[in-house]
Amino acid sequence: MLRDEDRIYTNLYGFDSPFLDAARARGDWDDTRAILVKGRDWIVDEMKKAGLRGRGGAGFSAGMKWSFMPKGEGPLPHYLVVNADEGEPGTCKDRDILRYEPHKLVEGCLLAGFAIGAHAAYIYVRGEYYNETRVLQRAIDEAYAAGLLGDDACGSGWKMDVFIHRGMGAYICGEESALIQSLEGKKGQPRAKPPFPAGVGVWGCPTTVNNVETIADAPTILRRGAAWFADLGPENNNGTKIFCISGHVETPCNVEEEMGIPLKELIRRHAGGVRGGWDNLLAVIPGGSSTPMIPKDICDDVKMDFDSLRNVRSGLGTAAVIVMDRSTDLVAAITRLARFYMHESCGQCTPCREGTGWLWRTMVRMESGQASVAEIDKLLEVTRQIEGHTICALGDAAAWPIQGLFRHFRPEVEKRIAARRADAKHRAA
Amino acid sequence: MPKLTIDGLEIEVPAGTSVLQAAEQLGIEIPRFCYHERLPVAANCRMCLVEIEKMPKPVASCAQPAGEGMVVKTQSEVALQARKNVMELLLINHPLDCPICDQGGECDLQDQAMAYGRDKGRYDEEKRAVSEKYLGPLVKTAMTRCIHCTRCVRFLTEVAGVPELGMTFRGEHAEITTYIERALTSELSGNIVDLCPVGALTSKPYAFAARPWELRKTLSYDVFDAVGCAIRIDARGNQVMRVLPRVSEDVNEEWLADKSRHAVDGLLKRRLDVPYVRRDGRLEAATWAEAFAAVRRGFEGLAGSEIAALAGDMADAEAMFALKLLIESLGSANLDCRQDGAALDPTVPASYRFNTTIAGIEQADALLIVGSNPRVEAPVLNARIRKRAARGGFAVGVVGPKADLTYRTQHLGEGADTLQAILDGVNPFADVLAKAERPMIVLGMGALARADGARVLGAARALAEKTGMVKDGWNGFNVLHTAAARVGGLDLGFVPGPGGKGTREILAAASRGEIKAVWLLGADQIETNGLDRAFVVYQGHHGDVGAQVADVILPGAAYTEKSGTYVNTEGRVQRAPRAVFPPGEAREDWKIVRAASEVLGRTLPFDSLDALRDALAAHAPGFAVRDVATPGAWAPFGESGALDAAAGPFVSPIRNYYMTDPISRASPTMQACTVEILGETPARTGTDG
Repeated sequence: MLRDEDRIYTNLYGFDSPFLDAARARGDWDDTRAILVKGRDWIVDEMKKAGLRGRGGAGFSAGMKWSFMPKGEGPLPHYLVVNADEGEPGTCKDRDILRYEPHKLVEGCLLAGFAIGAHAAYIYVRGEYYNETRVLQRAIDEAYAAGLLGDDACGSGWKMDVFIHRGMGAYICGEESALIQSLEGKKGQPRAKPPFPAGVGVWGCPTTVNNVETIADAPTILRRGAAWFADLGPENNNGTKIFCISGHVETPCNVEEEMGIPLKELIRRHAGGVRGGWDNLLAVIPGGSSTPMIPKDICDDVKMDFDSLRNVRSGLGTAAVIVMDRSTDLVAAITRLARFYMHESCGQCTPCREGTGWLWRTMVRMESGQASVAEIDKLLEVTRQIEGHTICALGDAAAWPIQGLFRHFRPEVEKRIAARRADAKHRAA
Repeated sequence: MPKLTIDGLEIEVPAGTSVLQAAEQLGIEIPRFCYHERLPVAANCRMCLVEIEKMPKPVASCAQPAGEGMVVKTQSEVALQARKNVMELLLINHPLDCPICDQGGECDLQDQAMAYGRDKGRYDEEKRAVSEKYLGPLVKTAMTRCIHCTRCVRFLTEVAGVPELGMTFRGEHAEITTYIERALTSELSGNIVDLCPVGALTSKPYAFAARPWELRKTLSYDVFDAVGCAIRIDARGNQVMRVLPRVSEDVNEEWLADKSRHAVDGLLKRRLDVPYVRRDGRLEAATWAEAFAAVRRGFEGLAGSEIAALAGDMADAEAMFALKLLIESLGSANLDCRQDGAALDPTVPASYRFNTTIAGIEQADALLIVGSNPRVEAPVLNARIRKRAARGGFAVGVVGPKADLTYRTQHLGEGADTLQAILDGVNPFADVLAKAERPMIVLGMGALARADGARVLGAARALAEKTGMVKDGWNGFNVLHTAAARVGGLDLGFVPGPGGKGTREILAAASRGEIKAVWLLGADQIETNGLDRAFVVYQGHHGDVGAQVADVILPGAAYTEKSGTYVNTEGRVQRAPRAVFPPGEAREDWKIVRAASEVLGRTLPFDSLDALRDALAAHAPGFAVRDVATPGAWAPFGESGALDAAAGPFVSPIRNYYMTDPISRASPTMQACTVEILGETPARTGTDG
């Protein structure tokens, strides 16, 4: 249970004003210059020591990522890109940061930009977040007016500009290289890696792409010290994290908690428990729609961090906990997700373009019970044909929910198919 | 220089080489659809997946740079399974219409499916169908077959520089399309048919015409422009079915312009397949004996100065040489192979060649184009300039017609006065050229085929010398020809002898009645009004402009129908073999001249093509060395004298790219291109409507 004084996001629920005066009262922009004067290497080093793992889903060490950027001033400008194209179904944490804690993000842009040698940051905001964009823009304007951004940001001598770019509603543009393409005005399609953005990113220049939460975490970490952050959570899964709890719980919410909190505890304490009690739980998708679901017996004691969830063959992802009770038709739920991934596939590379449609069509028949039992194995084989064969992770994301379903609930699907057969036979008779 | 191991074989490759390329160097072929060595890497087909040790997932070898100590397995269980998986997914929405698909027999997907496909499909759902797209008269679509490799998109965007294709929509619904339905306007659009690894884009004129295994393939050279692209002529029986490019790194890489590719259906139309003799004002079919008798009557008793000969743009060197000898033996020095009267100096080869060479363009760092629109005059060469321009650090200035050359240019002016300004250092582009390390100038026929042409040539030479275009190891002075026969004709001296007349004077003298007999060797690009009074022999393959004024027509062979030598704009001597036989009574051109020489009592001293070629090589030794670009030695040429705007702006000699010569003018496909791409309405004839 996270103590109040360890919270990073003290205005996560918007009870207070998001704007500069209130943000300052909460501690934002408190002597940012002092952090900047410690130098670029100190910041990167401190972030590495803090062990902040990227909050966008992949969980790659933020400090490590920053250290990949070329050192010094090269011939090409460096860029910081903030991924605010929050599209993972079940996830809504970045939205609350944008609208209630925008100054944490803006300050983070300055610190991260300084640490990677960038004079410009682009915040790519999901198109649907219109009001959030307005709040964020106002916060940026305030920061400029107060001399916190601009030619001499916070009196440090560092020039920093922050721009907002609004997306147009494509899920794939949340993938970092597709986001870069989109930012450049091209069709949002992931690029083949290597080269990685740290070498060839926006307009061919060295670029770091980070999630909103990662960047917004940075100022507090640097202010309070790596040791404080590293102390929270289990080893290698340090710090706090905003969990988005949705589905069949009494009070769905966003909540900042310590990494490694037991799932059961998280749901009970913050979401008022599962609708109809813990025993009414059927399964949980623990990290946004692309992570495989885990059934109740795993939920009983799994901890919410990157490694624990990976050990149960799922993942923390964006920490969007989707709770499904016994009234849920899991097959229908996963079919809907399969349709989502088919719809959002960019169509660039073969396995995902062709395979996601195949998955959805088969899932539709699984849902109605019209498929045959033998098709389950074919379906799983197709998911493995897509997984790991694509340019970006969308192929994996399309495959995993289906694999998760059959890993834990295959007998249910088989029963449904058998029932449908029996029914058909009965009716024929 | 990373060293890596592929299938147990070690290889060291330059940094930046992809794993796929490294494997290729070892002779290990990795299947691919989207990868093409001349296009940017897309890595979207996923067919080239290989296993690399210490990497968790199969890796697309086309996009993976070779790394030090990498251990790559292209034939491992993982790699093969990955390819089989991708192949199955490629095929689920691909129609099983190979029997009616024009790509059948030369389809990458078909071939790879033999290696990696399942014997039976597992996909029981409904297949995707995609509506056809209209891409103009050259490219036929069957978009349901498309596997979205985007080679066509990348070609048009990067190589042709005409970004008219793209992928719209997402996922399963992704389609390759022009979005707004209209014909592709690139002169290189036919190449996307070659690039398409499946039957989604096929050749519209060739649709359902033949199967690849029925075709007899002849490796030849193109004559529709002066680039001399290496081509393959595919013929069935005695008909040319299609023309494809073949690889020639120094000339066309592996591209071919649309006219060169598709004008060949003109070889079947308007052909001169029997001799004709004009009787009572009408051309009537005749026998060879009658035709030669008429030639003898026409030339009887004429003094040498009353005889002239003009060679056309597609004449082969052998025919020109034979005709030159014949006309000279008749005592005439009135010869010219420059139908447009271009002021080229035949005595200095460097003055009429593309001295930088086409491949050399890639080394240049500044370019001045004078009086030329290379996009229509030599589309493949223009693609090479674009390739250089795309790398950056390459200023291109244009003096002449304003045109979209597919790369960024500075338009400096329209006429000779601008060239003078650059020469005088008044125009700021003079600085660009002076500062460049390897500047080049491309002089087009639009600048030379005019009254002040010789002065323009002289000014260009002066500019080249002044800005250091000619120095050790670099010659930046280039003439871009539009005619395949031109450099060959100049090399072998099909030009006025001492006291002889050039094209303009010949035509003028003919209209005054001073020249009484003119031999046209495929010369159709001339003003024929003045020829009414003269006795005209037209030797050629198409009933075009020249044939209409002829008194005797001697049916010759087109470039596909004879073994002929052509010299491209770089001075590259290339020998095209015969692919099919000339139609009807038509004969190879050198034979016609040889036969006529006997009739005229001036029998030429050779009776075989080999003997003729030996004589040619003895006369002009350059013809003995083939397939090498031969820049000439630098020497003074051109006239000096100030240039002004009086002669008007430079105009490209090509108004309609699709119809520039007798073959393309006869081609229904080129007619369709003229209408559908250029939007011109065809000229109506008296029988219309």
